[in-house]
Amino acid sequence: MTNQSFSNTGALATFIFRLDRLRMLWWLVGLTFFTLIVPAALANLYSSDQERQAVAETMTNPAMTAMVGPGDLDNYTVAAMTAHQMLLMTAVIAGLMGILLIMRHTRGDEEDGKLELIQALPTGRMAYLHAAVLVQLLLAVVLALVIGFGLAALNIDSVTVAGSLLYGALLGASAFFFAGVAAVFAQLSANTRSATGMSIAVLLGAYLFRAVTDVVNDDLSWLSPFGWVTKAEVYTSNQWHLLLIMIGAALLLFVAAYYLNAIRDLQRGFLPERTGKRTASRLLLHPLGLALRLQRTGLIAWAAGMAVLGVSYGSVLEDMETFFASNEMIQQMLAPEEDLTLAEQFLPTLFVVIAIVAVIPPVMAMNKLRSEERHERLEHLLGRAVSRHQLFGAYLTFALFNGALMMFLATLGLWAAGDASMDEGLSFTTIISSGMVFFPAAFVMIGLAAFLIGFAPKLLTGVWLYILYTFFVLYLGNLLDLHDWYGYITPFGHIPEAPAETITALPLITLSVIAAVLCALGFAGFRRRDID
Amino acid sequence: MEMIRITNLTKKFGSFTALNGVDLTVNGGEVLGFIGPNGSGKTTTIRVLLGILKKTEGDVAVFGKDAWADAVEIHKRIAYVPGDVNLWPNLTGGEVIDLFLSLRGTIDTDKRDQLIEKFHLDPTKKCRTYSKGNRQKVGLIAALASDADLFILDEPTSGLDPLMERLFQEHVNELRAEGKCIFLSSHILSEVEKLCDRVAIIREGEIIESGSLADLRHLTRTHLLVKTKTPLTDLTFFDGVHEVHESENGLSFQVDSEKIDEIIRHISRFGIEKIESAPPKLEDLFMRHYEGKKEVPSGGETDD
Repeated sequence: MTNQSFSNTGALATFIFRLDRLRMLWWLVGLTFFTLIVPAALANLYSSDQERQAVAETMTNPAMTAMVGPGDLDNYTVAAMTAHQMLLMTAVIAGLMGILLIMRHTRGDEEDGKLELIQALPTGRMAYLHAAVLVQLLLAVVLALVIGFGLAALNIDSVTVAGSLLYGALLGASAFFFAGVAAVFAQLSANTRSATGMSIAVLLGAYLFRAVTDVVNDDLSWLSPFGWVTKAEVYTSNQWHLLLIMIGAALLLFVAAYYLNAIRDLQRGFLPERTGKRTASRLLLHPLGLALRLQRTGLIAWAAGMAVLGVSYGSVLEDMETFFASNEMIQQMLAPEEDLTLAEQFLPTLFVVIAIVAVIPPVMAMNKLRSEERHERLEHLLGRAVSRHQLFGAYLTFALFNGALMMFLATLGLWAAGDASMDEGLSFTTIISSGMVFFPAAFVMIGLAAFLIGFAPKLLTGVWLYILYTFFVLYLGNLLDLHDWYGYITPFGHIPEAPAETITALPLITLSVIAAVLCALGFAGFRRRDID
Repeated sequence: MEMIRITNLTKKFGSFTALNGVDLTVNGGEVLGFIGPNGSGKTTTIRVLLGILKKTEGDVAVFGKDAWADAVEIHKRIAYVPGDVNLWPNLTGGEVIDLFLSLRGTIDTDKRDQLIEKFHLDPTKKCRTYSKGNRQKVGLIAALASDADLFILDEPTSGLDPLMERLFQEHVNELRAEGKCIFLSSHILSEVEKLCDRVAIIREGEIIESGSLADLRHLTRTHLLVKTKTPLTDLTFFDGVHEVHESENGLSFQVDSEKIDEIIRHISRFGIEKIESAPPKLEDLFMRHYEGKKEVPSGGETDD
């Protein structure tokens, strides 16, 4: 008897490729675009060694190391600068791509019942999983080649061909490795949402673990796959063996996934499915309670993640203080203010990153209203004695609460870790108010989501593009010397940079008014339109 | 008492007209069967009734109130089961039933537990693990355990087994006896025949037939199977005789109900040895409206 487990893999792979070709193309174009414009822009902006070395000085501190990883700061060429600033972040995004794309065709299609249809056709038992993996492999290889040759083609002296190919290959390997992580979780959990959640938790965990160990004890970073990415020293010593380690680890993950897939039944997992309550708790019996309950797991996971993010940043503050104290140039650059420590003056940079991450969960919470609509579950509520007013209000209220909570927890984490590690301690009220000052900006993003849900639900993705834009401008704006104007068209650009700046009420009030108007318009639109 | 009054209802999705001048009334204590093929506008009509879709033209009144403006007031007295019951994968069936009941009013726990028991539903399981039939049971239990005055049921038995289907039919008859009004959209014509007092047929967004079953039967044909002593001839020359087939048991054919007297007189002259007749079926009526019609793509994106 021949082994038929992989029958028809080729046809299924072609099928999956057809289904995903546009989605994959967008990821590919996006990742390539952001990778290629940076060295081109940097070569333009910092044409002399001196200028680049001055940038390197500002990077030589633990907070930056935690955020973007270690770099070749002594010889800060355009290539070294690109690898330092961009490679790690891009690898995280490539990993996210791997998780999201493979999950659709593993547990996603299995839970929807599509896999059952496919397995009833003359296809092998492992064929669909194998096909999904092959498509991911193809995508990873194409990503590696496009970025590798794309960088080499820029024709910048320091951007060597070997380094460029390693750069691309590491991004491809990151995508493939995290696709492997997701493939394993897709076998373990019988539920697409938790499998995706656990995979992303591993991704962020790997990033944060490396953030702390890169600062505290560099050797421990070997335990994180993102440690391998930075230790490959792209454009400097080009450690190709780290690429091989990553590919090897990815293959091990896939072997584990195939094995687990072979020994389990269709639509089952290994993690126990608990039975639930026979009756509903009192909290659930209200639209607001339902909105809260549906998002409870996500809320807890994000809350824990935000606190960890805050603690990670907070725990490097003491190292920063020590560093600043020994660096005269930085002391001059940061205009000394009497009552602030140097670390505190550096805080706004950290807060911007935290605030943009913290805006993701509340926008997701608001968008949940639309996703409930698309799953045709709103009609259960609107077909009963629930008004659109109550429904919209419930999701908006929860999103606002969510936004405030996320920012608060991250700020609290930062304060607690910073206060514990620093000799002088941190002022609780200063830190908390410096973080919470971002809430009106988050409010505007939630308001925009609410507005689109009411008036143009099909354009709801626009919120994410706006958030992506904001992140891009605020993360790279200074480095690429973008005009201030780019920052002004995002709400986050108007937030006072506390504690370095004093908090002024006018921008906060203006943003809040804009947000409230957006919410009111969204509400009016939602009341008038058809429910899909 | 008039529970539902729809007058000249038109609903457009962009340039596509889903409903075109629909008129319909349903009274208390009445079971209305709402039938039509896929994409004909059944679900769209129901969603307009529930104020989930906004009408383009016309009047839609439920309990004498406007279906859009007074939706919440109206829904306090309505129980609705959608055709495709999409539930929250991470809540249990029991939790969803309680949620649905509490959103209308108070929870009658005895009635709820009885129904859960009767329909053999395990309320502790997550909705993710339910089959289509079990999801439908969740919707039905939540509807039947409520004390609504109007029940709007969109193909409620399409996933149920025959035992559960019969249980459902018993409950509908009980509700009718209590004077409740039931708006039942269905494909299962035998079920409509069994349960409904009145029938409305919708096609391409227009009501093409409505009335009591007895009224509509005038429009239908009776099946006859006849064996005569001398060979029966000339039958095909009569207006109103259709689908004549010869078999060893005799001649089988269909007769328009209003022609039956004339035909019986004719065939009795040939010496009847055996005659069997079958009553007109809703299916024939339904088929008559659709058979031979030009194939139209069913385009209603919100229907079914």
